[in-house]
Amino acid sequence: MRRGKGAIVGIGELKPQRLTSGVTTLEMIAEVSRLAVLDAGLEPAAIDGLLVGPQVGETPQHVPATVAEYLGLAPTMANVVDLGGASGAGMVWRAAAAIEAGMCETVLCVLANNREEVPPRSPNRNPIREFDVPFGASGANISYALLMQAHMAEYGSTARDFALIAAAARANAQLKPDAIFFGKPADVEMVLASPMIASPLHLYEIVMPVAGGEAVVVTSAERARSLPKKTVHLLGAGEKVTHRAVSQAPSLTSGPLKSAMARAFGQSGTTANEMDLLSLYDCYTIMVATTIEDAGLCAPGQFGAWLRDHDLSHGGDKPLNTHGGQLGFGQPDLAGGMTHVVEAVRQLRGEADERQIGKAELALVTGNGATMSEATALVLGAA
Amino acid sequence: MSVDLNALNTAGPTITTLTAPFWDAAAEGRLKIQHCEDCGKAVFYPRPICPHCWSRRLVWRDVSGKGRLKSFSHVHKPGHPGWLPAAPYVVGLVELAEGPTMLSFILPGARPPHVGDALLLAPTAIGGRVLPAFKSVETATEEKPQ
Repeated sequence: MRRGKGAIVGIGELKPQRLTSGVTTLEMIAEVSRLAVLDAGLEPAAIDGLLVGPQVGETPQHVPATVAEYLGLAPTMANVVDLGGASGAGMVWRAAAAIEAGMCETVLCVLANNREEVPPRSPNRNPIREFDVPFGASGANISYALLMQAHMAEYGSTARDFALIAAAARANAQLKPDAIFFGKPADVEMVLASPMIASPLHLYEIVMPVAGGEAVVVTSAERARSLPKKTVHLLGAGEKVTHRAVSQAPSLTSGPLKSAMARAFGQSGTTANEMDLLSLYDCYTIMVATTIEDAGLCAPGQFGAWLRDHDLSHGGDKPLNTHGGQLGFGQPDLAGGMTHVVEAVRQLRGEADERQIGKAELALVTGNGATMSEATALVLGAA
Repeated sequence: MSVDLNALNTAGPTITTLTAPFWDAAAEGRLKIQHCEDCGKAVFYPRPICPHCWSRRLVWRDVSGKGRLKSFSHVHKPGHPGWLPAAPYVVGLVELAEGPTMLSFILPGARPPHVGDALLLAPTAIGGRVLPAFKSVETATEEKPQ
């Protein structure tokens, strides 16, 4: 198995909250960055690379400089990663690549967002605004509803098949005390009884938007050896971006994660069935269904049968989103994708407390942005 | 849905010089899209170059108005408040006979929509402007091609 030069040595996570009145995103970035660097056992001065996300409504431009100044950093590599829910996973391989290129040695990858009563919206003047919005299609719910309806029509998948994913996420969240749905399990019947938002999507199949923050510290494998925590190596990565508007998707039932995951498995010399943890991006139930199929865990259209054949809990044969996924944890905007990275690191380190999986050597992490448009896959490993 | 769609306070298109021929035709109840004279493919939405071959030789032509429903959703909770009075309403992905897919408003028909439905252009006044909406061809539902 190939061992890459990048390793994740620090993680930070803020407890999701529904509202953070009066708190800026920059403040939350500072809090979660501090947690990740402390966890790594590093001094702030060791950070010489910085990857951040877009900050709608707060800092439209010069985000890396604004964050670097705020944190007192002077990175020799700084950039914005703008891949929606794939931004977190996309940061990890970019950090490793920048380290391999000799541009820096230790990279802070940070995503956070506040949440006000009325979220800021940036003015748009793009094809979606011109050719989708006037017809009544605003927001991601409708796009994923269209993907889900197409899957049902092509394969005969049922509402109950999809509800299994939401119910499993809620069940796993019961072992993640910070999760927004901790103490609020929901079984398949409750998912199916929740309000229809955009058919065939029910409310409980859609993430709850929250405020939060997630950060990881990536460094060289050499440097990682001198740090206190068990090293989690980046073994492989893949990425693909195919479209933005759902009308322009090359396929409604298979996405760019298929090729991204194939590349990540190829680089790492692994297969989907070898993964000890599946940390799969889950903005909606349909996204998990398509990812299970695109990963090759089952044949196209067969995710429902696959779900019934496997136990997705931490003690099961196919642990999937042990932190509850975003469907159980909440979606802190772009940081939501990074929750899948952070949970994988916890599991591979053996730090997942009562939801710790048994064998924890390999994890698949996926990120997905826009309308099944932006895809990043990582294979992480700890021996 | 008995609401007057034309009275809705919805967001209209952000028309540019490049896209104006599409919206000018729409206002007249026609659907006009670009075609590439080099690779022969139809293009939606409008661009300065063909997304298939990057040719600049794009010409505008009226399409047949025939399409197929690739997917649809009954929208109960619209993302834009202007659509609330119309909910639930149906949006769909319409694969035009000429090739490209566009998102559109699907008018209520005698029966609920199904993926694979044959569609016809049905220009409809929505929010104070005529948009290229579609309706189901009730008598001739196509089988889903494999």
